[in-house]
Amino acid sequence: MSDEPARDAGYDDFLDAIAAGEPYYLECPEGHGSLPPRQVCPDCGATELSESGLPEVGTIVAHNVVHVPTPRFLDDTPYATAIVDFGPVNVTGQVRGIDPQDVENGQEVTITIGETETDGDRLVVFEPV
Amino acid sequence: MTRVRVAGGGLTHFGVHPERTSRALFGEAGEAALEDAGVDREDVESVFFGNFMGELAEHQGHMGPLAAEALGIDAPSTRYESACASSGVAVRQAVQNVRNGEADVVLVGGAERMNNLPTAETTDALAIAADDLYEVRAGMTFPGAYALMEDAYFEEHGGTREDLAHIAVKNHQNALGNEYAQFQKEIDVETAMEAPPVAEPIHLYDACPITDGAAAMVLVSDSYAEEHDLDAPVAITGTGQGSDRLALQDREELTRTPAAEDAGAEAFADAGIDPDDVDLAEVHDCFTIAEALAIEALGFFEPGEGIAAARRGETTATGDLPVNLSGGLKAKGHPVGATGASQVVEMAKLLAGTHHNSDAVADATVGVTHNAGGTVASTAVHVLEVVE
Ligand SMILES: [Zn+2]
Repeated sequence: MSDEPARDAGYDDFLDAIAAGEPYYLECPEGHGSLPPRQVCPDCGATELSESGLPEVGTIVAHNVVHVPTPRFLDDTPYATAIVDFGPVNVTGQVRGIDPQDVENGQEVTITIGETETDGDRLVVFEPV
Repeated sequence: MTRVRVAGGGLTHFGVHPERTSRALFGEAGEAALEDAGVDREDVESVFFGNFMGELAEHQGHMGPLAAEALGIDAPSTRYESACASSGVAVRQAVQNVRNGEADVVLVGGAERMNNLPTAETTDALAIAADDLYEVRAGMTFPGAYALMEDAYFEEHGGTREDLAHIAVKNHQNALGNEYAQFQKEIDVETAMEAPPVAEPIHLYDACPITDGAAAMVLVSDSYAEEHDLDAPVAITGTGQGSDRLALQDREELTRTPAAEDAGAEAFADAGIDPDDVDLAEVHDCFTIAEALAIEALGFFEPGEGIAAARRGETTATGDLPVNLSGGLKAKGHPVGATGASQVVEMAKLLAGTHHNSDAVADATVGVTHNAGGTVASTAVHVLEVVE
């Protein structure tokens, strides 16, 4: 045992893959997409899940601008979060590289990994194409 | 199958009571419920207790036994947790317990203490109803999650922040005279529109307050009510529950709440009624957009039509289908784990003619309560009817 916090297997691997420029999602034999960690396809119950490459560009389907954050984001406000459609899966993250007020649904973005300004934790970040 | 009657209900004042623990709040609401019912505490065979954030807010888990102890009841007691639907789910378990013939008298309710934490920490505690890995770590807050749903709704159906402001105005209006409500003051559309942003497009008056409080009721079988000559004219005749994928990103649509559609359909079928039969509803308006989504999911309005129902006057106290005559979560307040039970208590009083707003629905016989957890990943719906 160590005093280092444990990794979240699957999830931290997912962030590592995004950071390495090789993001993926999990795909079942029926073609349903999901995000790790998964033992079972949440759509159909299939247990044979394989990693497939996430499309490079996604589209914002909904967004907001947060002004009242949790303590982990106190120094980050205001910031925009968005749900982005990558085809087989949607992913939620923070939109950067644009004024939060200028974020629009339908905008195309790429996925990357950033750090929170408050405490340096990793998080999913989207940037306009 | 035995019918389940609401023998009595009790509420604490919903508001800011940072110094009061859940056990004290529940003790007050439960005692009021027992007194209202005229039922001996020795007759209670089981306690069902809803609570969401006790571990974070009070460093208190394992609250089932504590809830029974707070009422001096020596009976099995279990805590139910389904985020903001915690006590709605507890009510469902209590109803099924009586229906199954396992008990003739049960006590059900919930409590939440929220104002003893700083706002940012309460925001954090509420956020854990969302998906930690994929939502909370991305900076999503609870208002932020509903803001995403509201943004998607505007995108798909149109509608405006001003439509939603009419929902807030209506619910504040309904809370006037509700001694249990956190806010008993009128607001106007302009005030709501100009309020500061919390998570755009959600502004302050689109959101329910942070509330401490408790609710409780005594449910009894028909035979117990008859034997003890109880005055209990309202029965819970339908119950339904639904679930959905936890994270918004994993839903097929952001503008519909299938967990509520399923729970509503199940509860209506259970009671043998249709949405058209419903005279009034108490729905989960933690944010103004949530009320629009709720009345659409329950089949009262088509998708896209719910948002302006208050503006059109259809869901106001004088409309065809009054919604949230208690003031709703918006004005009455939202002590998370107590909310679902409080809706049933208020509805039973509205139908029995003992609520401050009963005059608005003097001939009503069928009411529905809708209690949603998280971004409607859990929902409990109940049908209440006047049965004598
Ligand atoms: Zn599948």
